[in-house]
Formats: sequence, structure tokens, C-alpha cells
Amino acid sequence: MSEITPDLVRHLANLARIDVNENEVALFADQLNLIVDSVAAIKDAVAGDVPATSHPIAMANVFREDVIEPSLTQEQALSGAADSADGRFRVHAILDEE
Amino acid sequence: MAKDELMNYEKALEQFEVVIGLEVHVELNTNTKMFCGCRNEFGNEPNTNVCPICIGLPGSLPAVNKKAVESSIKIGLQLGCEIAPNGRFARKNYFYPDLAKNFQTSQFDEPIAFEGALDVEVPSGKVFTIQIERAHMEEDAGKLTHVGGSTGRIQGAEYSLVDYNRAGVPLVEIVTKPVYGAGAEAPELAAAYVRLIREIVKSMNVSDARMERGNVRCDANVSLRPHGQEKLGTRTETKNVNSLRSIERAVRYEIQRQAALLAKGVAITQETRHWHEDKGATSSGRPKSDADDYRYFPEPDLVPVQPSKAWIEEIRATLPENPADRRKRVQAEWGFADLEFRDVVNAGLLDQIEETVKAGAKPQAARKWWTGELARIANTQDQDVTDLEISGAYVAELAGLVEAGKINDRLAREVLTFVLAGEGSPAQVVAARGLEVVSDDGALIAAIEAALAKQPDVLDAIREGRMQAAGAVIGAVMQAMKGSADAGRVRELLIEMANK
Amino acid sequence: MSDLIRKSASEQAELLRTGQVSSVELTQAHLDRTAAVDGDVHSYLHVGPEAALAAAADIDRRRAAGEQLHQLAGLPIAVKDNLTTTDAPTTSGSKILEGWVPPYDATVVAKLRAAGMPILGKTNLDEFAMGSSTEFSAYGPSKNPWDLGRIPGGSGGGSSSVVASFQAPLAIGSDTGGSIRYPAFVTGTVGAKPTYGAVSRYGLIALASSLDQVGPVSRNVLDSALLQDVIAGHDPHDSTSLPESLGSMAEAAKKLDVKGMRIGVIKQLNGEGFAAGVSARFNESLQLLQQAGAEIVEVDCPSFEYAIAAYYLILPAEASSNLAKFDSVRFGLRVTPEGTPTIERVMAATREAGFGPEVKRRIILGTYALSSGYYDAYYGSAQKVRTLIQRDFDAAFAKADVLVSPTAPSVAFKFGEKLDDPLAMYLNDIATIPANLAGIPGIAVPNGLAEENMPSGIQFLAPAREDARLYQVGATLEKLHEDVWGKRMIDFAPELQEAR
Ligand SMILES: [Mg+2]
Ligand SMILES: [Zn+2]
Repeated sequence: MSEITPDLVRHLANLARIDVNENEVALFADQLNLIVDSVAAIKDAVAGDVPATSHPIAMANVFREDVIEPSLTQEQALSGAADSADGRFRVHAILDEE
Repeated sequence: MAKDELMNYEKALEQFEVVIGLEVHVELNTNTKMFCGCRNEFGNEPNTNVCPICIGLPGSLPAVNKKAVESSIKIGLQLGCEIAPNGRFARKNYFYPDLAKNFQTSQFDEPIAFEGALDVEVPSGKVFTIQIERAHMEEDAGKLTHVGGSTGRIQGAEYSLVDYNRAGVPLVEIVTKPVYGAGAEAPELAAAYVRLIREIVKSMNVSDARMERGNVRCDANVSLRPHGQEKLGTRTETKNVNSLRSIERAVRYEIQRQAALLAKGVAITQETRHWHEDKGATSSGRPKSDADDYRYFPEPDLVPVQPSKAWIEEIRATLPENPADRRKRVQAEWGFADLEFRDVVNAGLLDQIEETVKAGAKPQAARKWWTGELARIANTQDQDVTDLEISGAYVAELAGLVEAGKINDRLAREVLTFVLAGEGSPAQVVAARGLEVVSDDGALIAAIEAALAKQPDVLDAIREGRMQAAGAVIGAVMQAMKGSADAGRVRELLIEMANK
Repeated sequence: MSDLIRKSASEQAELLRTGQVSSVELTQAHLDRTAAVDGDVHSYLHVGPEAALAAAADIDRRRAAGEQLHQLAGLPIAVKDNLTTTDAPTTSGSKILEGWVPPYDATVVAKLRAAGMPILGKTNLDEFAMGSSTEFSAYGPSKNPWDLGRIPGGSGGGSSSVVASFQAPLAIGSDTGGSIRYPAFVTGTVGAKPTYGAVSRYGLIALASSLDQVGPVSRNVLDSALLQDVIAGHDPHDSTSLPESLGSMAEAAKKLDVKGMRIGVIKQLNGEGFAAGVSARFNESLQLLQQAGAEIVEVDCPSFEYAIAAYYLILPAEASSNLAKFDSVRFGLRVTPEGTPTIERVMAATREAGFGPEVKRRIILGTYALSSGYYDAYYGSAQKVRTLIQRDFDAAFAKADVLVSPTAPSVAFKFGEKLDDPLAMYLNDIATIPANLAGIPGIAVPNGLAEENMPSGIQFLAPAREDARLYQVGATLEKLHEDVWGKRMIDFAPELQEAR
């Protein structure tokens, strides 16, 4: 119980790039605890040596030939963007490295 | 950027053992991108080689380029790796505006190739075996341009522009195991390793391998530990090292920087660092943090890659000679002495010389041009000689013109600058600029007589056997004819005139 | 209401083929019905009369010219708003995509256009298909035509209500854990989730890639079969698309015969936890099937106990990654916070404002399930449960040709009843989820009125690629019901008040 602390919610929201206010932090912490508790039993279900299934229908080696297909025009590519300039998507400054 | 304190290199190596690790990203030269049919091409108008898939529009799905898988297998085999019978793609989740889906489709615990080894020779002639941990397939990110502020850097930029033409270009990331025991030669080994990777991917024609275009990019991990200590030191990962020279310099710099800190008892921060070619220094980037939780999981939109034994063998049969065998063969063919050959290898010029010899040049002439004048020009331009815009065929043509006496060495060097400037082949430059040597006796005699008029004693001196006196006249004739005189012929004519 | 629109899709198609009605007339009749009732029902997020009528006129022209047309040509259809369309906005029920018009058509949409089916509009859904009631649509809920105070199911409540209220003869849905079948259950309609990979997901805005499947929604079994035949088939743009054809579903739906068919009742999805009326109707149908010659057996699927838990880890995990692309850069909403914002802050503010509470809850849960230190316990375990559930199905299908259960535990609930209780909401999916985890096909068929005179339904499941069996048994039961009731299930529904 209470595996999901408010701090963990803030950390996860940050990883997921979602602003959360303090009310949401508290609410999500409560609700996620309930959900996590309800799914916890799953760990026992697979105690033995069970392989994981990532794809419901087993297939392999699905490839595309290396052949050029039509691209979007620059105008189409930028058509949905909130902001663009010089044929490129425009974003706010990046606060990161250097 | 605060100035780092550096420890003297020799002193650093006395105190610490160097451990390096290298991650090399190789952009494949397929026609299309890794997961969509957009053109894989450098230098086009921004956002014209893009589609719903590579700009990550809602609803789009990836589809794997078979040629890219084949090229990855080729690289794996040539690195002596095992090819995974069951490889999967995985999503590496992190937010960054050059990453259209905010996850990179890559490979995590099931890379296509693993456990290889490569023998790498450093300039001293010593050979190190570098263990390859893995080579995996992934996609490149788009290109960010920072606008406003200073010098196009992130810092101080007002905004950034994103071009996704490069987003989704197939990459193979080759990761070494930690490399021990290179000592003082660690920087040279790092550069020699990357040079060899370039040689390998170029020889198989799976990548254009042009570092200045980012076709081959290297991240260098460096850590130090006191001699005799078992536990590895904290490492830094220097990014942005995109020429062979800077790899060598960056590794050396990190060794000296870390040694200075450790000697003062300061712990190394595990972080990304950036290499600045202009300053010849690294600077601190982002420290490793909780935000580096990439939450890898198997890519549900792609099915596993399970290359059959038959397919792998089919690919293996197409591999070119491996680099070590090839070196033995060409050295014998060209008849180069060991030292000569080592210079060629260290400069990464095997391909160029082979191409030049194939185009008709004598091996020694080819070697002389590439390791001599061309290397010198590259050096003054802070470029790698292999990145010069000149083909082996042109170099062979140039050597041919010299041998035929059409131009002399001095003119040849001049011709070369015009060829590099894109004025055409050496023969075209000679014709267009009238750079042929003058061996027309009439013109030469007139010039010699003019020179003798100012130095009347020279003919006497020659008659007395003091041949060095001829030099002054030859020099004057050369100067008068702007270097296009055939010096040998001038000397002959002078002797004739003296003996008349 | 015109009698024309009360007819089944196959009857309407027949009228088109024989020239008794034009596509323009038929399309207009449905648009008129929408104008009359959708103010109350709110099935649509977008209605496109111009595009639909233009497509209809085109088909009428081609038919008049004697062109060979698809058997459903001219029959209008509604499409869930999580499939991309170039001529209509595509929002997936989210504010973050408000007004976005994609530059490409989903493969399913392209197939509808190729068959000549005019697209009436885009139907409502819970935001990004996360929900069981449409209450999580950012644009307000759709209503259940049987009782406007109740939910029409979710996430595809728009598609179920649009056919239940005769606004469209057919609709496209998508089913990740029951989003086609649960809405069918609560609205007395038919919906099928094909085998994973039978219908292309290209252009379907992904919720959980390894669970999502596009499928048909209709008022009777044959109509769904006809529609699955239009939209199914291999698509090179979807790497998980099945390479082989599964045959004609319409042919199967015409075999009204269950003699000798072994029908397995799933022990874990019967009795306890299911409303009395729902169970009573279920048992009556088993009797009907038995009387018609089917053999009823019981099968045991012990791992189903963990199905909801596995589902509510896999779904949010995949969704957290799939929804990362909604970042304000290339499409959709951008919210710029006060001050001098950085791209990181803009992304976080946009996602805060653009996503509703259920979406945020699931993204955060999925981020948790994948994060380092928890992956093995949660996502890893869930993927293993998936294997156990597949094994349960394998064992069950060794004893039975198809499996059967009530589609859901209880009839449509009233708006707001479960809104603040995610766990209660998730329980609606208890019977539908196992099929998605295993990738097998399922069909929901009306099964008579249960509590409060609201519809209930029955679900059949078949082994992967055996979708045809579902249409055969479903159509047979439907016929048996109509023989007993003297009319179709939908004819029990109360008349909606028309606005004009
Ligand atoms: Mg990488
Ligand atoms: Zn593309």
C-alpha cells in the first residue's frame, strides 16, 4: 500500500512531460495506489518460468523493400504545426545542455 | 565555460590507468529511411523528405527497411560478431523536439549483432584487440537549428527550428566493451578504431562514412582509476566528436582534466560532455539523472527480426576482404616499406591510394601525393585528408602530367589547389589556366639572356666547373616566367651556352 | 423517420444495386436523421454532408455509366474519430487534437473510399479510446438511444449509438479491450473485433498497439460480416498485418447452422459478478443453440483472474509511449505558459491542458509500469500473464470450436455513476479483455432485454484467424432470436424524439 507517493507521482509526471498541480498529485496518488494494489497479485501469477508475450500473433521478418515512396510536400508536413519558419517547425528555446 | 585545470599528460598516465569505451553511430546509405519510404539524402530542402511516419503523425506505423537490416548484418559480420537469431526493436522513451515520436525506435536487450572483436593498429605499430559488445539498429533524429543568441548554440537561443529530413535515417550503433591497457596511446587508439570502422563500412558500401556530414559519429567514454585499483572510475561520455583529430584530442583532454580533479580528491561527475573543436576543450553537459529512465520496452508495432542461417551465410558470401587481409595484400602489391605503409594506414589512405593506383598512377607517386601535399593541404584546412574533395583518378592524372613533363612539381601543386576548388580535372585546369611548363627553347633562351645580362659572370663560373652558380640564373628565369619554365631544360641550355 | 434507414445495410445495398434508391437519396436520408436526432444523441464529433454527398453523387454517376461497382458501393458509413481522414478533422476525442486535419487517410478509410462508401462523419469516443462510456470524450458524451440518460458504452459509444439511432447503417469502431463489443452490448447492436492483424491499424491513432484492432459496427451480423470483408486484408504499412486472407465473412454469416458445433462456456465468465437478467438471457441463448444442434461444453480459463490486471498494465504502458508524440511541435494544440517559456515547459503545459484526467492517469500509470525498478514486476509480469491467457485459450479451443460468455456484466449504467471510480469502470471490460490480450477474434451479438428493459448481449470468441466461425454462430443465434421474438432486437428500442 502507498507505493505511489506524491513525490513519485511528480517524478512520473515529469518523465511523462505533464504539468500536474497539487490537487492532481494527491488524487492521482490515491487512485494509482488503488489500481496498483489491484494489479499487484499479478506478480504471483507468473512465479514459475513463463515466457513473455509482446505480440499477440507470432510473426517475424516483416520487411519493406528499400524503394523510395512519395513524401509529403513541405507545406503538407508543416500544415498541422502551431508554428513554423523557413520550412521548419519552430519551437521555444531548449533549456538543456552546453 | 569555466576553464578546466589539466594535469600534464605524462604525469596523468604515471598516476592513473585509462579506460575508454567507444560508441560509434554509422548512418547507412540506403535509398530510404529505416522505417518509411522517404528518401535518405543529405542536403535537401528542409522537411521535404518526410512523411506521416518519420514526423510521427498520429496513426502512422513503422515498417522495417530490409536493406538496412542486411547492411547491419554485414557490419556485424565484418566486426566478427554473432548475429542474433532473434532480435527485436524496442522503444527508448525520452522527450526531445528532434525526436518526432518522443521515443527512438532502437534495439535494447536483443541487438542484431553482438560479441565481436577488431584488431586495431596505432601509429607506434602496436596492435590492440578491441572487443565489440554489440551493434544495433536504430533511427537517427531530426536536425535542430538554434536561432538568436550567439553562434547557433542552444544557450541563449531565442527559439529553435526543426528539420526532420534526417529523422528516421538508419543508424547502426557499434558499442565497444571497456578498453584497458592502451595507456598513453588511448587517444590514438580511439582515433585508429574509428578510422578502421570507417574503412570497414566504406569498403562494404553500406555507408558514405563522411564524418563532416555526420555519417560516422563517435561518443567517447573515458574513465581513470589509480593503477592497481580494480573498481572502474566514474566515466564521462563526450559527444560531438566528429572528426578523427578531435576524437584523439578529446580523449587526451578528458584524461588530463579528470586526472587533475582526481589528484585534488574531487570526484568525477557522471555526465555527458561536449567537445568544442575551436577551444580544444570539453564542457559539462547534462548530468546523468532520474530523467534518464528510458523505459525501454519491445516495440509492439514491429515484429521480431529472425535472420535465418541461410540468409546470414548468403550475406557473408558477399563480404569484401577483411581489412587486415587487405592490408597485407596491398602492401605486397605496392611494395611499400613497413614505415611507409604504416603512414598510409595511419592516415586512413588505403582506399585513396588503391583508387589512385587503379587509375594508372605508380604506387610510390600515389603515396607521395596523398601523404605529402594533400595531407599538408588538409592539415592547413583543419580537415581529414580523406575528406578532401578529390578523387583517386584526378590524383593519378596529376601524377601522369608530372611524369610526362607537362608540368613540374611546383605547377602541379598550383594545379592541385584549383582542382580542389572545383575547377575540373588536372588536365582541364592546365589547359584552362595555361599552366603547362615552357620548354620552347626560344622563349627560354630569351629569358636566360636577360638574366645573364644582369649576372655576366655566371657563364665563366660554369665553365670553371662551379655549377652552383647556375642556380641564380635558373631562379631568375623561373621568376621571370612565373614558375612555368622547365628548370631542367634551362640548366641544359645554360651549359650549352657556356660551352659554346 | 423514413423506413429506408431502418433497413439493414445489406437491404439498403440491395436497393442501391437494383436502382430503387440512389446513393445521394440514401446518404441524404441518413443526414436528415442526424439533423433530427443527433442534437440529443451526440454520436458525431464531425458531420461532413458535402464530402458524403459528393462521394454519393460520384457513385450514382458511375453506376449510371454501367461501371462494375463494389457490392456496398453507395452505402454511407460513419467512422470512429480515431481514424485519420484527409477531408475531416480527426481528434480522437481529445482537445489536444482539436481541429487537426491529417494529411493522410487511414488504410481502412482508403478501403471504404475505394469501395465507394460515402463517409457521413466522425463518431465520438472516450479521449484516445480510454474509457467505457464516452464520458471521457473532451467533447461531451454520446447518449444511449435506448435511454438518453444512460451511457452508450465506450470507447466507441459514438459508433454504437450512430447505428442504434439509425443515423448510419454501418460504422467503424476500434477495440482495445472491448471498445466495439461493450458498446454493442449496451445498445443492442452488433460489433466484432477481428483477429489481431486482420484489419490494418495504419491511420488508427494508437491507444495500445499490441491490443488495438479496427472492426465493424452494425445492427445485424451479416452487415458486420460484409463490412469486415471491405476493411480486412494485408497492408504493407502495418507490420503486424496478417499476410493471409481469412476468407469471406459474409459467406460464413449466411450459413445459418450450428449443428455439431462445440460451444464452450467459460467458467470464469458466467454466474458470479454478472447481473441476474444478463445471466438469464445468456442461459436462454445457450438453450436455443443447443436445441439447434450445438454441443455446449464448459471450459476452464483460470488465468482470466489476472486478465484485467495485465490489461491495465500493458495498455497504459504502451499508451504512455504512443501518446508521447502529442508535444505541440508538429501538430495539435500548443499552450505557451507565462514568462519566457522553454520547449520543455511548453510541452508539459500543452499536455496538461490538452489531456483529460483519465488520459493523464493512464499515462502516469504506464510510465510507472515501465520505469526502471518496476518493469519486471509490472510490465514484465503482465506480458507473462498474456502467455498464460493464451495457453488457457489454447486448452479451451481444444475442447470447443467457439467460446461464449455474456459480453459484459451488467446493462448500461447512468451517466456519472462510475466516473470517479476507475476500478469500477475497468470491470466493465472483464469479459472482453482476454480476447485482446490473446489477439483472437470476438463478436458481440444482441441477446435480449435484461435489467430495466435495457439491452444485453452475448459474446463469441474463436481461435486466431477463425473469425468466420463467429459470423456463422452469431448469425445463427440472431436468426433463432428473431424467430422467437418475431422482430429484430433493435425494433424493441423506443422511438427517439425527432427535432423536426
Ligand atoms: Mg543509440
Ligand atoms: Zn518518412
